[in-house]
Formats: sequence, structure tokens, C-alpha cells
Amino acid sequence: MSVTLIGKHEKDARASRDAMALPLNEMMAQDKSICYVDCDLMGCVNTKQLRKNYPDRAFEAGIAEGNGAGICAGLAATGKKVFFHSFGTFSSRRCYDQIYMSAAYAGLPVHVLGSDAGVTAAFNGGTHMPLEDGAMYLSIPEATVTDPCDYAQLESVVRQLPGITKGVTYTRFVRKDIIQVYADGSQFEIGKGVVLHESDKDVCTVVASGIMVDEALKAYEALQTEGIAVRLIDMFTWKPLDEALLAKAARETGAIVTAENHNTCCGLGSVVANCLVKNCPVPMEFVGVQDQFGQVGPQAFLMDEYGLRAANIVAAVKKAVARK
Amino acid sequence: MKELNVKELQVLAAKIRLETLKVIHSRGFGHVGGSMDLADLMAVLYGAVMNYDPKDPRWPDRDWLVLSKGHAGPVAYATFGIMGYYPMEEAYTLNHPHTRFPSHTDRKLTPGVDLTTGSLGQGVSTATGAALGNKIDGRESHVFCVIGDGEADEGQVWEGLHFAYAHKLDNIVYFIDNNGYQLDGTTADVLAHSDLAAKAASFGLYTQEIDGHDIAAIYNAIVNAYAKKGVPSCIVLDTCKGKGATFAEPSHEHSSQPKEEQWAEAIAAAEKALAEAEKA
Repeated sequence: MSVTLIGKHEKDARASRDAMALPLNEMMAQDKSICYVDCDLMGCVNTKQLRKNYPDRAFEAGIAEGNGAGICAGLAATGKKVFFHSFGTFSSRRCYDQIYMSAAYAGLPVHVLGSDAGVTAAFNGGTHMPLEDGAMYLSIPEATVTDPCDYAQLESVVRQLPGITKGVTYTRFVRKDIIQVYADGSQFEIGKGVVLHESDKDVCTVVASGIMVDEALKAYEALQTEGIAVRLIDMFTWKPLDEALLAKAARETGAIVTAENHNTCCGLGSVVANCLVKNCPVPMEFVGVQDQFGQVGPQAFLMDEYGLRAANIVAAVKKAVARK
Repeated sequence: MKELNVKELQVLAAKIRLETLKVIHSRGFGHVGGSMDLADLMAVLYGAVMNYDPKDPRWPDRDWLVLSKGHAGPVAYATFGIMGYYPMEEAYTLNHPHTRFPSHTDRKLTPGVDLTTGSLGQGVSTATGAALGNKIDGRESHVFCVIGDGEADEGQVWEGLHFAYAHKLDNIVYFIDNNGYQLDGTTADVLAHSDLAAKAASFGLYTQEIDGHDIAAIYNAIVNAYAKKGVPSCIVLDTCKGKGATFAEPSHEHSSQPKEEQWAEAIAAAEKALAEAEKA
């Protein structure tokens, strides 16, 4: 792991999807065993170039995600390293049994890419808003589940995926606008959380992923002005989870707040709680979508609506600390 | 492909029927109906058509078999045992704890099983994906995918055929085991299909419909399918569910739990049928 934090809350000039599409284009040139399958959404994630550049290895499955997932499993059975994309709702709910049985249960690795993580589905609305995709993939044995927060982290994760040969993988990512958190070239290790801030005065640890990492950074700054020191961990790797890092943080800071762009039922908060109950139980609070359905609207509105803001993290930290 | 020798394949089919019964009898109950009706197809595939190596089940240039109707596992276990993938007796552990022979075919457990099936419809997609992968690699091999007529209720079956047509996969042959029955009764009663062969043809597949117990007809239909370039093939097999199992054939049962004397009668009848086939 080699990480440089920028964390100035500035929007990246690039579309987040290119952190997946451009490296994948390079990887397909180098590794002829990589295949790509999409379900009529190449135009949304800039992967039409793959079909143009590698017509014998990048395929349209059309608007038929269940079949598309099965095609991927069959390709994997012939030794291909297979990437499969649709919107997060359709690459989880719509093809779950196919991913579960044809790929995971059958021992065939397929790398699933779910775009428009959580409220970033925005104007496509509640029907297209994946708030349970992570939960579904977390419950598949041997799966790898990540929720990258920015361009550099998504690119680093995508480059590691072909090396994962056991279990299916699920990468939930943002398609368009993204805040830059890390410097380009930062290298992350799946299974290892990233400590963004720590001190020996920390009274609580905030564990965030995805778009909530930037909100957590803002919360960290706000708490600092109030003289409250907190540890901040980017836990983009939901599974495998960095249990040692979490247990250490719980022991040393005595309280935990999780922050996720996902239902708090069965997402990051749940796996962190599972881990801590076994290792070092401490007061915990959960920032995220509180067991609600998605809805349509601008991302900023949705973040306010569901309590996915720095202010919500600040309040949760105070509540957790008060419970110590 | 080997030359057609009808008598030899009829003997093999009789052996497969007998061993299928013995495999299921080892547990005492199971999916007899939909296994027994595939014995003639399995005899043609493994006795004359397919390239495979029992000592190297994952040989990359092999022909593949995908029983999308995964509950027909026992007929595959019987066939693979006869062909030398493992000692036949090993398969007499069907559905026992830690067996390599579960109800539904599992590629991680059983030598010879190419893809895991069980949730109906899914084998059509995975078989199609395997055909695509073999095509990318420029292999000459074929994938054979067996679909149940009840299974054809699943929309995914038709998504798979659509994909195969669109990607011009002429290295896959789909068989529809048209036995007319599913768990709750006849396919006509549960959820009436229109003409399955006409439906497959309307998806752009080169489609033939034959007697699924006629060895020569099965062999010749596969010869025709191999000759057809640029489109996938579908062969609808008109079959009798439970064929050759004395207790299952009359009622076309989906799964059976016969009494021990019924098993004895069925196995004796299958042994007699084998002896007659050998004598013929």
C-alpha cells in the first residue's frame, strides 16, 4: 500500500467511470484472457471502446442480466478472466441467483462491476438506486466486495481484480462526478483499510467508504475545531474486512461510527459491528440510509435527505462518545 | 465422430438405464423420470459423438456436456462411470454425506461434469458462455446443453438462445427433452407451451424435432447440426419420462420413492433389457 492523501474536497475533473474503463482497456491489451460483458450500458461507463478495440473479447449481452451473468460464468469455465457490468441494481438484484449459483457456487470467478453506487443513481431514481447491492454480495461465500471512494482508489482496485482467482468480486462505484481524495498513483491493498488520520488523543474512530470518505474528512475537520480528536479509516474493502485494524481502533479509541452510502442494515456498519462484537465491543453508531428505499432527485438533495453528511457523522461521533 | 453402430449404442443405452437405476437405488429415492429418458441421448453422445478423455476430464479440447436440467445428474453419473471416469461403484453414494455425486450436477465435485446446474435455466447461459469461450480460443469442440421442457418455462432459457443466435455460436447444440411432464403434472396443464420446436426456430436456431429414443435419429440430427454453419442448433427430443423404469414410466413421475420390491422389479427388468439388447 502506498497512499497519498489530498482530501481538499475538490471535484475531480475526470468522470469516475474512466478509472475503470481506461485501465481495463490497457489490461485487455496486455492480457488476452480478459473478457468484458455488458448489458446494454457500455455507453454509460465508456466501455464501447472495449468492444471496438477487442471485438472478440468484449460482448453485449443486451438487456438480459441473468443470462449475461451466466455467459460470464461459462466464459470463466474456459479460463477467461471476466468482467461484467451493469448498474448496481441490475448487477446484484437482477442476476443474483445466476451470480450465486452459476459463478460463485460453481467456483468460477467473475468480476462484477456495479455502477451508480447508492444515491449517486440520483436522477434514475429509486428503481435504479442500489442500497442493498453490497449486502447481497457480502453474503456470498468467498466473495470480495469493495466500495472505492475516488478515481485513484477505483483504478487501483480494478487493476487488482484479475489477480483474484477465488470467488466472485463486486466493485460498487460512482459513474460520473467524484471528489478527489487521494493522489493519482496511490496503491491500495484489498483487505487493508487506510488510516487517514490518527493520534493518541482519539476518542472515537470513524470508519467510512465510498462517497462518505469525503464527508468523513469534513467531519474530522469540524470535530477538530471543537477540540474532539477522532481517528479516520477508509474501509473501502468490505470483504475481506480489515478486522485487525478495526479491533485496534476500537481498543484504542473506545467508540466507532460507520458511514456508508448504503442501507445500514447488512452493509459496512453491519460487518464492522460483527467484527467488533467478536473482538472488542464498544459503543457504535451507524450513518447511512436507515432501512429506507431510494428515491429520485439530485445527489446533494439525497445526501441531505438520507443523512449522509458530515454533520450526521459529527452528531453520531458525539452520541457514540457520550455512550462510553 | 465415430461411425454409427446402432446395436452397440442400444447396448450402451441399456447399460446406462440399468446403472442410472442402481445409482438412484443406492439412496432409495430421486429423480428417476428425467434421468431415464435421457439414456439414449447419453449413449449417442458418449458412445459415438463426443471427444473426451476420462483420465483428463478438463482436457481443453474436449466436447462439453451441460445438463441444464441438473436433476438428471444420475444419468450423467451412470454414463461417466461406464465410460471410466471413476469406478462405477463410487456413484452408488448418491446424496450420501460428503458424496461426489449430488442430486444436481456440480463441476467442483464430479469428474466429467463441466458446469454446475440446478437452478433451472442457468445451464443454458453457462453452456452458451462456454461455447463463446471455446470459439474465442479457436477450438473445434462442441458444447451440448440439455434443457427440460418444464425448464423451458424459465425466461433465461430463451435469453440464452437469443444470445447464441446473436453471436452466431454454431459450436453449441441445445437439446430440449420434450417428455411432456414437470413436477406438478403435464407441461400442458402446468403452463402450456406452444410448439417448442417452432419457438426455438423463431429464435433463429436451426431446429429439428425427432424421436428422442431413436438412436439413429439422434445421431443423424447431430450430424445435420454439425453441418449447419453460422447458427446454433436445437434438437427437440420427443421422449417418454421415466423410460425403462417399471415403476416410473407408466405415471411419468418426476421423482420417485419406490418400495424395495419395486426397485427389485425395475432393476431386474433393466438387466433383462440389457441382456436382450446384447443378444439382438
